[in-house]
Amino acid sequence: MMLEIEMVGHSYAGHTALQDVNLEVAGGELLSIVGPSGCGKSTLLRCIAGLIRPAQGRVVLNGAQIDDVPDNLAVVFQDYSRSLLPWLSVRDNVALPLRRRGKPKAERRAAAEAALATVGLSGADGMYPWQLSGGMQQRVSIARALAYRPALLLMDEPFGSVDAQTREDLEDLILQVRGDGMTILLVTHDIDESVYVGDRVAVLSRAPGTVIADLQVDLPAKRDQITTRELPEFVHLRAEVGRLVRGGAPASQAS
Amino acid sequence: MTSRNPASRRPSRIGKWLRGLAGLVVLGLLSEILGRAGIVHRDFLPPASTILGRAVSLAGDGYFLTNLWSTIKAWAIGLAIAVGGGVPVGLLLGSVPVLNTAVRAVVEFLRPIPSVALIPLVSLILGSGQTTEVTLIVYAAAWPVLFNTIYGLQDVDPVAKETMRTFGFGRLAVIWRVSLPSAAPFIATGVRLAAAIALILAVGTEILSGFGQGLGTFIAQAQQSIDGTKDVLAGTVWTGALGLLVNVVLVQGERRLFRWHHAQTGGRS
Ligand SMILES: Nc1ncnc2c1ncn2[C@@H]1O[C@H](COP(=O)(O)OP(=O)(O)OP(=O)(O)O)[C@@H](O)[C@H]1O
Ligand SMILES: [Mg+2]
Repeated sequence: MMLEIEMVGHSYAGHTALQDVNLEVAGGELLSIVGPSGCGKSTLLRCIAGLIRPAQGRVVLNGAQIDDVPDNLAVVFQDYSRSLLPWLSVRDNVALPLRRRGKPKAERRAAAEAALATVGLSGADGMYPWQLSGGMQQRVSIARALAYRPALLLMDEPFGSVDAQTREDLEDLILQVRGDGMTILLVTHDIDESVYVGDRVAVLSRAPGTVIADLQVDLPAKRDQITTRELPEFVHLRAEVGRLVRGGAPASQAS
Repeated sequence: MTSRNPASRRPSRIGKWLRGLAGLVVLGLLSEILGRAGIVHRDFLPPASTILGRAVSLAGDGYFLTNLWSTIKAWAIGLAIAVGGGVPVGLLLGSVPVLNTAVRAVVEFLRPIPSVALIPLVSLILGSGQTTEVTLIVYAAAWPVLFNTIYGLQDVDPVAKETMRTFGFGRLAVIWRVSLPSAAPFIATGVRLAAAIALILAVGTEILSGFGQGLGTFIAQAQQSIDGTKDVLAGTVWTGALGLLVNVVLVQGERRLFRWHHAQTGGRS
C-alpha cells in the first residue's frame, strides 16, 4: 500500500473533526472522498499533506510515517484563489513549483504553458490571478499541480467553480493523468463525479467524520461522459453513495 | 478598477493637482498682499515673490548647493541603513514569534520617545557631525520600516504559504517567495513614512546642532544674519520641495510596483 491512514483523529479546540479514520490507497489508484459539509474532508487532506499532525493515529506514506510535508506531493486547495500568488502572472504561478524539479527557466515556462493549455487556459498565460474569474483561477491551480507531476496528488473540491461542460472536461483530464501512474485523492461534493472518476469511493459520516463505506467502483478503466454514466453499475453505485451521504443505510455491504 | 462609480464622484488625478495648485496660488497671493501692503513687516514675512525668487536663485548658489547636497547625502545614507536593517530585523521578528515577544518590551519602551528629543543626547555622545545626524535618522526611520514589515508579515495568507510548503519549498524559500513579496506593499508604505521622518531628523539635527553642513545649518545661520528672513524662508521652501518630491516619487513607484495589491484591496491602502 502506498498510503495508509490508521485510526486518524483530529480536534480543533474541543471540536472533534475526524475520528478513527482508516483508509488505504494503492499506488496509481484514484480514491474519491465524499461526505457532508464540515465532516473533516479538508482536515483529512491536511493530515496527509503533513500540514497538520493528527491528534490521534498516523498516516504512513511508502512505509514511513508522515510528520512533515512529504516529497513529491501537490495539493489543489479548496481555497484555490488564496493559494495563487497575486504578484505573479498565471504562467509564473504554474512554473514556480517546477524550480523544485531543477528545470531550467525555458523548460519551466514551456511546461507551464502546456499545462495551462490542458485546462483550457492557453490565452491567459500573461494575465494575473486577480484578473481571472473564480473558475479560471481554479483551473490555474489545477494546472499548477498537474505541471508538477507529483507522485501523490490531493485535490479538495477542485471543480466546484467551473461550468458543467468544463467540469466534464477536467474530470476526463484527471482520468487521463491518472493513467500516467499518479496516485490521486479527490474530495468532491458531486456524487456522480466521485463514481465517474474514482477507482474507489470512500464515504465519510457527518462530523466527527469517520469512514462509513469504502466502495469499489467496478467500471471499465476507459470511461466517457455519456456511455459510462448510463451503465447500470454506474447508476446503481451513485444511488448507493447518495443514500450513504444522506445518512441512510447501505443497500448492500460492499468492501 | 479605476472606473468604479465612487471614483467618478471623486476628482480625477489632474483635478486633484489643480486644486492643490489653486491652494498654493491663494496662499502665495495672500502673503504677497500682506507683505506688499505693509500689513506684516517685510522683515518678518517677505512677499511670496521675493521668497520664491530667492529660492530659485539659490539653485545657482554654490554655498547653498553644498549644504543641500550634504542634507540629501545624510538623508539617503540614513534611510538606506534604516531600510537595510529594518526589513531583515522585521522579517526575523515577524517569522519567529518567540523573538517577537521577547523584544516587544524593549520596543514598547523605546517607541514613544520622540526621536527629535534624542538630538541633544546623541549630539552629546557623538559630537555634532554627520555621524550624529545619520545615527538619529537611522534610529527614527527604522521604526516605521520595522513595524510595517512585521505588520505585513501578519497579513500574509496562510493558504499561500501552505501551498508553497506542500510543493516542497523550505522555510526560508517560503519567506523569500511568499512572505516577503506579500508584505512588500506594507514595507513600501513604511519606507515612504521613513523617508519623511528621515528628512525631519536630518534638517532638525542640523538646525539644533548649530554647525556642520546642511539645509538646516543654512536655515539656522540665515536666522542669525541681518535680513536673513528671506533666506530662512527660501531654505524652508527647498526643504518642503524636497519632501514633496520624495513623496511623489515613492507613491508613483508603489502604484506601479504593487498594482496587484491595489487591485485586490480595491485601492484602499
Ligand atoms: N483551522 C480550524 N480551526 C478550527 N476549526 C476548524 C478549522 N478547520 C476546520 N475546522 C472545523 O473542523 C470541521 C471540519 O472541517 P473541514 O474543513 O475539514 O470540513 P470539510 O469536510 O472539508 O467541509 P467542506 O465540505 O465544507 O469543505 C468543521 O466543523 C470546521 O468548523
Ligand atoms: Mg473542505
